Amino acid sequence: MTRETALNLALALALPAFVASAYVAEEPFLITLATRAAILALAATGLNLALGFGGLVSFGHAAFFGIGGYATGILASHAQDYTPLMESPFLIEGTQAMLIHWPVGMIAAGCAALVIGALSLRTSGVYFIMITLAFAQMFYYFAISWPAYGGEDGLPLYLRSSFPGMNTLQPLPFFTLVFVVLILAIGFCGMLSASRFGLALHGARQTPARLVAAGIGPFGVRMTAFVISAMLTALAGSLFADLNRFVSPSMMSWHLSGELIVLVILGGVGRLFGPLAGAMLYVAIEHVAGGLTDHWQFFVGLLLLAVVLFARGGLIGLLAGERGHV
Amino acid sequence: MAQLIAEQVLNGLQFGMTLFLMSAGLTLVFGVMGLINLAHGSLYMVGAFACAATAGATGSFWLGLVAALAAAAAAGALIERTVLRRLYARDHLDQVLATFALILIFSEGVRFIFGSFPLYLSPPAMLAGPVRLPGGLDYPAYRLAIILAGGVVAVGLALLIGRTRLGTRIRAGEADREMAAALGIDINKLYTAVFALGAALAGLAGALVGTLQSVQVGMGEPVLILAFVVIVIGGIGSIRGAFWAALLVGLVDTMGRFALPHLFALLTDTSSAAGIGAALASMLVYIVMAAVLVMRPTGLFGQNT
Repeated sequence: MTRETALNLALALALPAFVASAYVAEEPFLITLATRAAILALAATGLNLALGFGGLVSFGHAAFFGIGGYATGILASHAQDYTPLMESPFLIEGTQAMLIHWPVGMIAAGCAALVIGALSLRTSGVYFIMITLAFAQMFYYFAISWPAYGGEDGLPLYLRSSFPGMNTLQPLPFFTLVFVVLILAIGFCGMLSASRFGLALHGARQTPARLVAAGIGPFGVRMTAFVISAMLTALAGSLFADLNRFVSPSMMSWHLSGELIVLVILGGVGRLFGPLAGAMLYVAIEHVAGGLTDHWQFFVGLLLLAVVLFARGGLIGLLAGERGHV
Repeated sequence: MAQLIAEQVLNGLQFGMTLFLMSAGLTLVFGVMGLINLAHGSLYMVGAFACAATAGATGSFWLGLVAALAAAAAAGALIERTVLRRLYARDHLDQVLATFALILIFSEGVRFIFGSFPLYLSPPAMLAGPVRLPGGLDYPAYRLAIILAGGVVAVGLALLIGRTRLGTRIRAGEADREMAAALGIDINKLYTAVFALGAALAGLAGALVGTLQSVQVGMGEPVLILAFVVIVIGGIGSIRGAFWAALLVGLVDTMGRFALPHLFALLTDTSSAAGIGAALASMLVYIVMAAVLVMRPTGLFGQNT
């Protein structure tokens, strides 16, 4: 077992261990905090696929996070008002079922990623960063000025969406559900990274010219990674809406896009468990520093600056040393 | 109706000129140093706060304007010397993160000093009233002054870069850093100067806009993102491109917000028409950006790379 594998195992066990102790100590708020970390980790895991594995610095993943959130919000709000979503040409009812919210949000985000990717993947470098940012802002302003689902005020949900066989309103079952989804997503990314597609994606990041020489076009590889990445982030957005029982345009704000990148970097770019490490660290800092001072973001800024300037491998790079392969 | 449209066009021009002041610095810094600076919006905020605080203390808007230029240029030179200098050779991801960190530091720093309540800034007395334009339109003198200031800065920048010794050095540094250094240009000083110039322009924009809207933490961010749209449309690194793209974005955004809700109300008479129009209007500049990118991926005035 390499140091990184051991560290990954420890990271995977740390969150459930924390939740178990919070459960014993009867601190439901801490369980909710851990759930928040797990959901942000899932969103960042999605981003890591594009950013870490594909080298695509997307500054617009909040759009996909928000689309996932609004999929849950819109479907659930129609279910709680007993109004149909659409009557013609055929009837669509709202629903509370997570098993419907997830695919709807993921497919919607995948379609949005197809369009955004088709335009932004024609460019690279700074253009790509700015264009993804601009498109995310477009969704953000659309959500603000679209009055049907709360507009600027957001959309409150009275209940958490349902999952067969569990009471999702209880903190512990909801955390378990989120955590299982997160581990499945990390495992999926690990499989993807080791697959032929993953190797092509790493190639597209490192030397696109060689990839072309090997007979693979980088555009298709990057596009696929971008779409899958958006879908994972949308899944996180859907869970985030359920966690807060509230959806608002701020889920799509560029601050969130920035925070997702920060999570990936704090943990370590391109590391499988980097986003989880980053999210745990970030939520912990937010909770502890937020309790000490109102100006905690000042110190997050300083920390981030230090990580960028002096500790480029992030937390996992610091603890596990240089990357061995890929 | 004609007067209303003329007024909206002028508002669009005024907005475009503000965007130009923001984008000129952003595109200059990218063109010369290859740096993507998210904290440019923070310099805009610093300019606005410096102007509002100074004008509030001394009663003079003009002193405030001087303070805004000085404060933004100083803040720009400071972050260039301490942080950004280390990032020129790094990839864009590191630049994005470090400047994102600077935004957090600036925003919280300003909130710490000035508190969360917005400050207000009044225009100087000589520009407070309306001006009667040919055609009988009364238009605020202050907004007209912003349009004029933007035009003056545009001409000044063109002269500075095209005709002066500093401009020659800037262009040399942009074309080939090593060669310029070998010919005896102090690249480090040049970079600090360029960055301070860009920062001062952002501070000027912040101070000028500070009288039209409240001066508060986070005011730079929406403008920053529109400035990104501007320099993507204009072609990154091109000041001429930034100028025309800024006017285009300013006009499209202002006219869209004005016309689209009316247009939809004409086409359909449902109550949601105005809402749809407003929602579409807020997306319009991004649609224009997408259209430009489809036709010219490096922007209107960008070099093909």
